Amino acid sequence: MPQFWMEDFAPQMVWLVISFIALYLLMARVALPRVANVLETRHGRIADDLDQAAQLKAQAETVISEYEAALVKARTEAQATIAQAGIEAAGVAEKRNAEVANVLATEAAAAADRIATAKNDALAEMRGVAAELAKAAAERLIGAEVPQSDVDAAVDGAMTNSGGGS
Amino acid sequence: MSADRHIDHSSPMHQFVIGRLNDWQLGGLDISFSKAAAFMFGAVIVATLFLVLTTSKRSMVPGRWQSVSELWYEFIADMIKETIGSDGRKYFPFVFSLFSFIVMCNLLGMLPYAYTVTSHIAVTITLALSVFILTTFIGITRHGTHFLSFFVPKGVPLVMLFLVVPIEVLSYFMRPISHSVRLFANMTAGHTMLKVFGAFVVQMGVFGVLPFALIVALTGLEVAIAVLQAYVFTILTCLYLNDAIHLEH
Repeated sequence: MPQFWMEDFAPQMVWLVISFIALYLLMARVALPRVANVLETRHGRIADDLDQAAQLKAQAETVISEYEAALVKARTEAQATIAQAGIEAAGVAEKRNAEVANVLATEAAAAADRIATAKNDALAEMRGVAAELAKAAAERLIGAEVPQSDVDAAVDGAMTNSGGGS
Repeated sequence: MSADRHIDHSSPMHQFVIGRLNDWQLGGLDISFSKAAAFMFGAVIVATLFLVLTTSKRSMVPGRWQSVSELWYEFIADMIKETIGSDGRKYFPFVFSLFSFIVMCNLLGMLPYAYTVTSHIAVTITLALSVFILTTFIGITRHGTHFLSFFVPKGVPLVMLFLVVPIEVLSYFMRPISHSVRLFANMTAGHTMLKVFGAFVVQMGVFGVLPFALIVALTGLEVAIAVLQAYVFTILTCLYLNDAIHLEH
C-alpha cells in the first residue's frame, strides 16, 4: 500500500503543514470575517426592523387611544348640547304656550263680552217688540188704548217670570 | 524509486500513489511537490474562493450559494457552542479550517481521476497529532498539574484507581491513533472499493452494468461518507478541546 511508504511521509507532512497554515490564515483573516459580517449585518438589520416595528406599534396604539379619547369627548359634548337644546326648546315652547293661552283668554273674554252685549241688545229689542205686540193685541181685544207704562210693566213681569233676561 | 515501490497501474492501490512531481530537498528534508500537495492546495483554494465569492454580494436575503457558506459557518459555530460552549469561540478558526480542509480534500477526491489527500495515514496522523498536541497544551496551560486529575475519574474506589488510571492514560494516548485511522481507513476503503468495482465493469462486459449500477450507488454513499467523516473528525476535535478546557469526562 502506498500509504505505508515511509519515504512519502515527510513531503506530505511538510506540504500539509504549509497548506493548512495557509488555509488557517485565509479563513481567520479573510473568509470567516466576511461571513460573520454578513450574518451580523443581517441579525442587526432584523433586530432594527423588530425595534422599528415595536415603535410603530406603540405609535399606532397612542393614536388609537387618542382617537378613542376624542370620540368619548365628542360624544359627551354632543349629549350636553342635546340636553341644552332640549331645555331651551322646552322653555320656548312653554313661553309660546303661555302667550297663546293669554291671547286665547283675551279673545274668549272679548267674545263673552260681545255675546253678552248681543244678548242684552236682543233682549231689549225683544222687549220693545213684545211691548208693541202686547199693546197692539190688548187694543184689539179691548178696543181701548192701553197706557204705555202698564204695557211695559206687564212685559217686564212676563219676562221676569219666564226666566229670561240678565 | 526503489523496486518495492513499484505498483501496477491497474491495481486498485495505484490511486494512492502520491505522484511526486519533482525531487526537492531542503537540508536533508524531502519536500518534493506531489499530486497530494497539489490537492491540498486545491482544497485550500476551493474553500477560500467558495467562501469569498459566495459572500461577495453580502445579500440581506441570501441566494443559494451564499446560504451554503452561511450554513457551513453556522454548522461549525453551533458545533463548538454545543460541545465546548462560549470558551470554544477562540478555537473557531482552527476547527473551521480543520473541517473545511478535510471536507474539501474528501470531496475533491470524489472527482474522477482525482487524488484523495485524506486517504493517507501520514496526513491524518499529522492532523490528529496537531489536535492532540494542541489539546494537551491547552489542558496543561489552563489547569497546570491539575490537568492530571483528568486521568483520575471521580467516585472510583482507591483500589480500582490502580487499574483505571493506566487505562485512562492509555486511552488518552490512543486518541490520535483512533482519530487518524478512522478517517484514513474510511477514505482508503471507499476508494479502493470503487476502483475494484470499476475493474469489474470492464471485465464483465455486458454484465458490467451490474457493478456499474453498484458504483453509482456507492459513489453517492462515498460522498455522504466524505462529509460524515469530516464531521466526525471535527466533532471529536471539539470533544477533545472540551475535555482540555473543562476537564470533564
